Amino acid sequence: MAEAAHHYDETMPLEYRTEESRLNILGFWIFLGAEVALFATLFATYLVLFQRTGHGPTTADLFEIKDVMIETLLLLTSSFTCGLAVFEMRRRRLTGLLVWLLVTLLLGAGFITFEVREFIHYVHEGATMQTSAFLSSFFVLVGTHGAHVSLGIGWMTLIIIQLLQRGFTPRTARKVFIVSLYWHFLDVVWIFIFTLVYLTGMVM
Amino acid sequence: MGTNYHHETFPWKHIVGFILSLVLTFAALWIAFSSGLATKAILTGIVVLAVLQAVLQLFMFMHVTESDSGKIQTINMAYSFFIAIVVVAGSIWTMAFVL
Repeated sequence: MAEAAHHYDETMPLEYRTEESRLNILGFWIFLGAEVALFATLFATYLVLFQRTGHGPTTADLFEIKDVMIETLLLLTSSFTCGLAVFEMRRRRLTGLLVWLLVTLLLGAGFITFEVREFIHYVHEGATMQTSAFLSSFFVLVGTHGAHVSLGIGWMTLIIIQLLQRGFTPRTARKVFIVSLYWHFLDVVWIFIFTLVYLTGMVM
Repeated sequence: MGTNYHHETFPWKHIVGFILSLVLTFAALWIAFSSGLATKAILTGIVVLAVLQAVLQLFMFMHVTESDSGKIQTINMAYSFFIAIVVVAGSIWTMAFVL
């Protein structure tokens, strides 16, 4: 970082214009590294326990591929639209940015709706957190991800409000960029839940 | 210096990334349910596809290599993935002797 004297640079995206913003973004990447470690422990617990179903249902009894695919496509598309939001921000189009952030929020809300419905469905089938080691670890892993998405929806809503109030500033741009990193990261975690929890659970 | 910002007029990178993600997702679905492979081969295949898609998100959507700290960011994420593999594979391996 020392070699390049980073003063104000016109070609630089708005979110990288100040030293503070650059450090915030770097700091957020390091936080995401810690999040990877957090989810790794939950995946490890789940993968060790998912065949310990006791008297409760197994993964094959419970999972429905159609519901899982709907959730997967909603979140994957929201990651794409979130990328488009940052793309529009870098072209300095506030309306485009706001529209794509809103689309991202709606897709995220759709994902959470389907996930909550899935969980309620499981509980009605007698598959609760207390039923077996499989279900305890399942609800903790998938629930932690769902809680992250819910938090992301609230966070993004607040940033949309700030954008409406303040427009483009180095500060709002940095906030949009960081929430976009968070949102893409949640899709990365979901790819592994899709693969290691749902697909694996239906194959084995 | 590591700065490499994109000033395209059309989001090609995002669209290509999105299409590739969809292809990888449906490829995993096909391997799991229609390929007729042995369970072990299916699991290997879908995990490889998941890792590819995660890398795709990091590079195409999150621009992990971007900015002056791009190198630090990339090393940080690579190291966190290394920790994840050690924790997950290590736990499965250890518990295989217990269960």
